[in-house]
Amino acid sequence: MSYTIPAFLPFFIAALVALVLPHRFRYVLILVPLISGICLYISGDATASHSISLHTFTLELVEVDKLSLMFGYLFHLACFICLIYAMHLKDKLHFVAGLSYAGSAVGAVFAGDFITLFIFWELLAVTSAFLIFARGTKAATSAGIRYLMIQILSGVALLIAAIMHYQDVGSFDIDFVGLGSVASYLFLFAFGVKAAFPFLHTWLTDAYPEATPVGTVFLSAFTTKVAIYMLARTFAGEELLVYIGAAMTCFPIFYAVIENDLRKVLAYSLINQLGFMVCGVGIGTALALNGAVAHAFNDVIFKGLLFMTMGAVLTRVGHVNGSNLGGLYKTMPKTTLFCVVGAASISAFPLFSGFISKSMVMAAMIEAGHEYLWLMLLFASAGVFHHAGIKIPFFAFFAHDSGMRPKEAPTNMLIAMGIASVLCIAFGSYPWIVYHLLPWENAYQPYDLTHTLTQLQLLFFSALAFVWLNKMGLYPPELRSVNLDVEWLYRKALPKFGNICFNAMNAILDGLFRFKLLGRHLLPKRQAHAGANAATLTYRMVIGFVLLAIIAFITEIV
Amino acid sequence: MNQNKPNAEKIPFFDNPKNISIMLISFYVICGLLVILDFVVHRHIYVSFEEIPAFYAIYGFIACVVLVVIAKEMRKLVMRDENYYQDRDDTELNSQSTEDHSQESK
Repeated sequence: MSYTIPAFLPFFIAALVALVLPHRFRYVLILVPLISGICLYISGDATASHSISLHTFTLELVEVDKLSLMFGYLFHLACFICLIYAMHLKDKLHFVAGLSYAGSAVGAVFAGDFITLFIFWELLAVTSAFLIFARGTKAATSAGIRYLMIQILSGVALLIAAIMHYQDVGSFDIDFVGLGSVASYLFLFAFGVKAAFPFLHTWLTDAYPEATPVGTVFLSAFTTKVAIYMLARTFAGEELLVYIGAAMTCFPIFYAVIENDLRKVLAYSLINQLGFMVCGVGIGTALALNGAVAHAFNDVIFKGLLFMTMGAVLTRVGHVNGSNLGGLYKTMPKTTLFCVVGAASISAFPLFSGFISKSMVMAAMIEAGHEYLWLMLLFASAGVFHHAGIKIPFFAFFAHDSGMRPKEAPTNMLIAMGIASVLCIAFGSYPWIVYHLLPWENAYQPYDLTHTLTQLQLLFFSALAFVWLNKMGLYPPELRSVNLDVEWLYRKALPKFGNICFNAMNAILDGLFRFKLLGRHLLPKRQAHAGANAATLTYRMVIGFVLLAIIAFITEIV
Repeated sequence: MNQNKPNAEKIPFFDNPKNISIMLISFYVICGLLVILDFVVHRHIYVSFEEIPAFYAIYGFIACVVLVVIAKEMRKLVMRDENYYQDRDDTELNSQSTEDHSQESK
């Protein structure tokens, strides 16, 4: 059987249907990604390509290979889980925005040329912004606008890069680009913004914690993974990416440790996970690329799961500040359990999904001879367990009793989290499920004695450090605060600088105005009686004559 | 991990100091076993660092302590008041809202 319609089409149609669908029929929407995904999986490589001709230009709407298929499946799966998670909502906005957002992501990974990609790239930005605005708070609105501006900037950079690339190469086809030309650096910037490269990452940590509980789950799945997919396609094996990736794994974990908003902690740890993928892409061997792609696959599920559990807390409690949470396991036991599964997966515990993919990148790192970078990744692995694996469940569900007794999460949320948890364990225990989808030749064996033992040692002793620090009272307490990041530049410094400039300009204008007034005073005013009038005229003529003389004198000298 | 006072009525599992100490002791035992295993099992060595006995255990512990210490120091540099960028009174704190926010924002 062959899948003959463009894979993104069902999502956009479903989004339109969702606009007019009576509320009680909303469950039908869940079937869209499910059925479309199954059809796509069955059809596999045989999925039809599509292109449309616009006058002399042909848009390659759908081009299928194993890499794009893997991300295609992933986005269908993610959308399916997200929709179940959203079913308790009464507003249509989440369904419409979520479905079109997922559709844009599917469209972007199947895009065959940069112009098609650009269209879906911008659609990703626009559709997802509504998931942030939907929160309805002032903070969410301004964060959403900042998010939108940065995302659109990335799109504009992509378009300029595509046009410059066309002038260089003569084709819009998406293929290996490699660093070199100006266009390639612009591409790297465009993808780098969406992949949350260091210094370009603040839109993520700014906007994701402000979105609605459901919105953040959607957001965490698509945008960044599309960027990773594009990097794998166009910049595989670029050495620079290894260093960028290593930096991405390390710097966010420091912020994650001191951050109070638990969804922001997860946002930072999302950047950390993206770092592993970027490293994999940068190394560029089959093992590394497989690792990057597999890790993206697993990350969507476990990071989605963690965001879902925090979304459940946010829904029931109204906030996710570590400083004011604790002891929720008493009334939210199922959510707690799912959170622990997500935490174990992201920390790469054996038998959980992170284990089978993160290790591929680590192994590839050693193979490529980057020993010190490998140490950085190992540090990041210990760190991610520390902040995402222990901190999130501990401060939300255990720690000191906050006295809050919220209800267990709504049933649909529990189902969604349950599915994600089962997937995390299934992928981790039967790596074949993920491995058989991998685009490149793969013979990696995650479960050998050395690897299992060393990973367990790393994790248990990280946990031991946490216990020790806590017992000694050295662990930084959760404080309600804001931590300065690069966003300070455009949220504080730039506006302040702008204000200073504005004030300076005002002062200058003011000075000029005063000077003008002064000049006016020098000029004699016309008076009422005729004799005086003649006198002023003469006086003015004299002044004019003197001025002319001065000008003549100056020109003579020059 | 959990240092909590017991509740008067029915003590929830993780609030019972007895359970906590059992969990902690078994945790320490596992940690010890993992280190002992390191000397029993022949590990594959890929990188020179790995030759250090119990390298991963030591590294994991030190990494986390260093991480936390640096992060704590970082607070002096980067931590600001919650309303530093903008007023955040729109985050409803003590409200035990059972309804979803997005439902209200309909």
